[in-house]
Amino acid sequence: MPVSTAHSRLIYDALKACGIRLVSALPETWLVHLIRMAEDDPEMTLVRLAKEEEGVGISAGAHLAGTKSAMLMQNHGFLASINGIVSCAQLYRIPLLMLISHRGDFGERDPWQTEGGGVTEHLLRALRIPFTSLEHPDHIAKRIAKAQTLAASAHRPVAVLLHRDLMWEDT
Amino acid sequence: MQRIDCLKAVYPALADKVVVTIMGAVAAELQSIGHRPNFFYLQHAMGLASSMGLGIALSRPEKQVVVFDGDGSVLMNLGGLTTLARYRPRNLVHVVFDNESLLSVGGFPTATSTGSDLAGIAAAAGIPRTRTVTGVDEFSNAFSEALAAGDLTTLVAKVEAVGPSAYVTDLSLLENRYQFQRFLKDG
Repeated sequence: MPVSTAHSRLIYDALKACGIRLVSALPETWLVHLIRMAEDDPEMTLVRLAKEEEGVGISAGAHLAGTKSAMLMQNHGFLASINGIVSCAQLYRIPLLMLISHRGDFGERDPWQTEGGGVTEHLLRALRIPFTSLEHPDHIAKRIAKAQTLAASAHRPVAVLLHRDLMWEDT
Repeated sequence: MQRIDCLKAVYPALADKVVVTIMGAVAAELQSIGHRPNFFYLQHAMGLASSMGLGIALSRPEKQVVVFDGDGSVLMNLGGLTTLARYRPRNLVHVVFDNESLLSVGGFPTATSTGSDLAGIAAAAGIPRTRTVTGVDEFSNAFSEALAAGDLTTLVAKVEAVGPSAYVTDLSLLENRYQFQRFLKDG
């Protein structure tokens, strides 16, 4: 599987470095290494979800209880989470760090991913969620740290889009 | 059985618990009995109260967490029961007030009115302790047993579809949120 293990490790290490100790996730191809890293790390609590919106509630609870958390999901999982993001995380000013694999963008071969790819950034803007993109390994540590810093200071959701150029090695 | 009588019966036991409720009648009735800094009312985001309870319970295993949920909310997040069961926080008691109705929006019947059994669904999802109760004393005893059991419990209380005359209280959402966070930080 050409998902980049090395870049996944850099992302995981960046999450650890900014204090993330709970990760909720729903598996998707690009996230498999990240989820395994969380699973293998005794310092990390991994919550495997049935549907991504649950992760918004879990992160909200974790935040109020003093634990820094992040959500790992595909952009279609972000689409499935929008009511929770608006009526839990935004309404209650929860710093919610979302790492979203940006499927359906340039280079996508799976036809079923292509609609979501075209609407993801528009929806983030419509929801007034600040977002940054990781396209190159040099971006990872600084941009994840900055995203977490903004989420924590603004008490709002923040998104980090994981791009094909970073996550997939044969294109 | 009325929900407010259930809440009154267990209110003294909530003094040292971390309490998360759903929106609507549950939130308004608990506040009418008496708000405490350890009570958080999730006034929207239907379905996510149990997920919030899970996030708190996993983060703070030394705290006992009580979630007051409802049939309409649970039906919006049935998958959440499987996640609860999967992580089995032993410090979480999940109460579901089942009035077979979406009361606050006009009383439209939910699927529990035609036989869907939430305790049965919870048990089949893997929640280790589940029970349905229909009387206040039975509820109060089952709630005490759940707290004492030290294991994840879903307790379904069949209640009448009656609620308070108003749902908006003078406690602002953000005041409640920051006060609750402060309680968890200091407590």
